[in-house]
Amino acid sequence: MSGASCHIAGVGLLGPGLPGWAASVPVLRGDATWVAADPVLPPPALLAPTERRRTGAVARLALAAAQEAADGQEIAGLDTVFASSNGDGATVGAILDALTTEGGDVSPTQFHNSVHNAAAGYWGIGAHSTRPSVSLGGHDDTLPMGLLQAAAQCAAWNRPVLFCAYDAPLPPPLEACRVTRFPFAMALVLQPGSGGRAALRLWHQAEACAAASPRSGLRDALEDGNPAARALPLLEALAVPRPAGLCWNLLDGGTVRAELAPC
Amino acid sequence: MTPNASFPPLAITALTAVSAMGQGLDATREALHRRRGGLAPAAAADDVPGAWTGRVQGIEAVAVPPDLAEFQCRNNALAELALASDGFAEGVAAAVRRHGAARIGVVLGTSTAGIAETEAAYRRRAPGEAALPADFRFATTHDLHALPRYVRRRLGLAGPALCVSTACTSGARTVLEAAALLRTGMCDAVVAGGVDTLCRMTLQGFASLSLLSQGPSRPCAADRDGISIGEAAAFLLLERDPAPGALAVLGAGASSDGHHMSSPHPDGLGAVLAMRAALGSAGLPPDAIDYVNLHGTGTRANDAMEDRAVAHLFGNAVPCSSTKGWTGHTLGASGALEAAIAAICVEDGLVPGCLGVDTVDPGFGSDVAVANRAGRIGRVLSNSFGFGGSNCALVIGRA
Repeated sequence: MSGASCHIAGVGLLGPGLPGWAASVPVLRGDATWVAADPVLPPPALLAPTERRRTGAVARLALAAAQEAADGQEIAGLDTVFASSNGDGATVGAILDALTTEGGDVSPTQFHNSVHNAAAGYWGIGAHSTRPSVSLGGHDDTLPMGLLQAAAQCAAWNRPVLFCAYDAPLPPPLEACRVTRFPFAMALVLQPGSGGRAALRLWHQAEACAAASPRSGLRDALEDGNPAARALPLLEALAVPRPAGLCWNLLDGGTVRAELAPC
Repeated sequence: MTPNASFPPLAITALTAVSAMGQGLDATREALHRRRGGLAPAAAADDVPGAWTGRVQGIEAVAVPPDLAEFQCRNNALAELALASDGFAEGVAAAVRRHGAARIGVVLGTSTAGIAETEAAYRRRAPGEAALPADFRFATTHDLHALPRYVRRRLGLAGPALCVSTACTSGARTVLEAAALLRTGMCDAVVAGGVDTLCRMTLQGFASLSLLSQGPSRPCAADRDGISIGEAAAFLLLERDPAPGALAVLGAGASSDGHHMSSPHPDGLGAVLAMRAALGSAGLPPDAIDYVNLHGTGTRANDAMEDRAVAHLFGNAVPCSSTKGWTGHTLGASGALEAAIAAICVEDGLVPGCLGVDTVDPGFGSDVAVANRAGRIGRVLSNSFGFGGSNCALVIGRA
C-alpha cells in the first residue's frame, strides 16, 4: 500500500483556549464550549536554568507541545521532526531591525537563536538526545507536509518519531506580510509497528481534495489563523476518537491525505 | 546509531553545482584540479572589513521565467542558474518521462532563503515609515518554502515539495529526507540539494560571533582564524536502484549534539555518531572510505572538534580536507555542494588538498591533505555540521 503508515503514541497541544491536549479533549470533542484565551508559554522544564533563560517564546511554545506528546516515552530515543512556517520570527525580526538601523548590532545570541532548527536544538539539549533531528519550513503547507515527512521517516527507518508543528505571530513590520493571529503548537509521537492511540496513514496525491465538510466552531475560530492549526481536524478526530479520512490542499496544487483509525 | 533498516543506495541520475568556483561541474572540476579558489575581498556594502566572501558571479543578471516572476530574488536566481547548468533540468525532464511529474518530489535546504530581499525591503522604506513596501513579496522570496516551490514549478513537477532548514546541514540532510520518500514509495525520484545566498543577516551574524576570517578562510591551518561566507546552489536527482558502477549515495546518517546551540561538542561526539550512522547505513567499515570531505569551516573550534572525531574513527589512515577554502562556507547549500564535489573526487580520483594552508594545525591527528593527491577514490565521506547541534554525513561512491 502506498504512503507511510505509523501509529500515534502521544499527543501534545497548546493554543488559544487549548491549554494542553488532555485539558482540551472535551473542547475538541465538542462536549465543552471553546473559550478564547491566550496560551500560557511555560519555561521549558526539560532545560537547565541557564539554557531556559535563552529560550524565546517560540521555542517555549514548541517545547511545551513536544514535551506533552512525549510524556511517558523514552524521550532521548526519539528522532524528531520540527515544522514551522515562521520559525522564531521575533528573533529574525529583531535581527532585521538591527541590520537596517544606523549603528544597530546583531547580537550573537539572537543570531544563533535565529536558525530555523533552534527549537529542535533546545529539544536535543533538554532531552539529552543525540538522535537525528530535522527542521522543516513550508508556509501554509507546513502541517500537512511536515506530518507526511514525519510519517515517512517513521516508516522508512522503523524508528519512533516526535513530530512538532508550531508557529507564532511575526513582529511588525513582517506580520502585515504574513498574518499569523495567535501562537499554536501541536505534537505527536509516531511509532512503527502497532499499538498506541490510533493508526495513521498518510500519502501525497496530485488531485485536489473533494469538497470540504462543514467545519466545527473551533475550526472556524482557529484553523485559518495559524499554519499549525491545520492539524485541528486530525486532533478533533483523535479526541473522540473516531475514524477519519482527512485531506489538506497544498499551495501549488496537490494534496496530503490521511486515514486515521483508532486502535 | 545505525538505522534498523539499512540505507537503500540512491542513484544520482543528474547533478549540478554552482559556487564561487564556477557555474557547473566542469568549472568546479577545473577549479579543484588547478587549485583556483573563488574567494575574494567582501564588497564594501557587505560591511565586514577584512573579510572575504565566495560570491557567485552573474546572479544579478539572472531573471526567473516571467510566469514565476513573483519568485525573483537572489536565492531563486541562483537556483535558476543551477537548474540551467549540467543539463540538470533536462535530466529531470527525462525522469518525468520515466515516472510522471506526480511521482517526483522536491526536497531542498536553505538557511535564509530570499531574506536579502527582505533586507532590501527594510532599507527601501522612507525615513519614519514602518511598513514594508507594498511590492515586497514575502511568501515567494523570504519564506523558506519559496525555494522548493520555485524549483518544483520551474521543473513542472507535481510531487511533494519540502523545505529543510537545519542551518549548515540543510543541504546534506535533504538526502535523508529524499531517501525516506523513495523508500516508502511516495516518490520515484526526488530533486534534493540546497541553495543559500549572501545576505547581511549571515555576514553580520557570523561577524557578531567573531567567526569571520580576515582574508580567505584556511580550514585546518595552524593559523586559521575563521569562516569566509560563500553562496552556492547544488542539486542531485535521486532515484532508487542504481545500476552497478553508477554514481550513488551509498549511505547517510545524522545525529544531534544535544550539547549547545552554537558550540560543537568538544570531543565531536555528535560528529562521530553521524559518521558512524552513515557508514553503518551503507554497511561499510571506516577503511572502505578513501577520502573525507570535511565540514572544515575554518573556525578554531569546528576544525579541532572535527579532527578529533575523524581521527577517532579513521586514525590518520584516510586523507581528508575541506574545500571551503575554494568556495567559502555556503551554509545551507554546503552539504549539497560538497556532495557534488565528492562525486567529482570519485570520478576523477582526486583528493583536493586544503587551499592556502602552509602548516596544518600541529595538534591534528588526522591526515589533512594540503596539496592535491591523485589515486583511486572509491568512496567519499562528506561531513556537515550546524548550529543547533545538527550533524549529517553522506557516503558518495559507485553502486
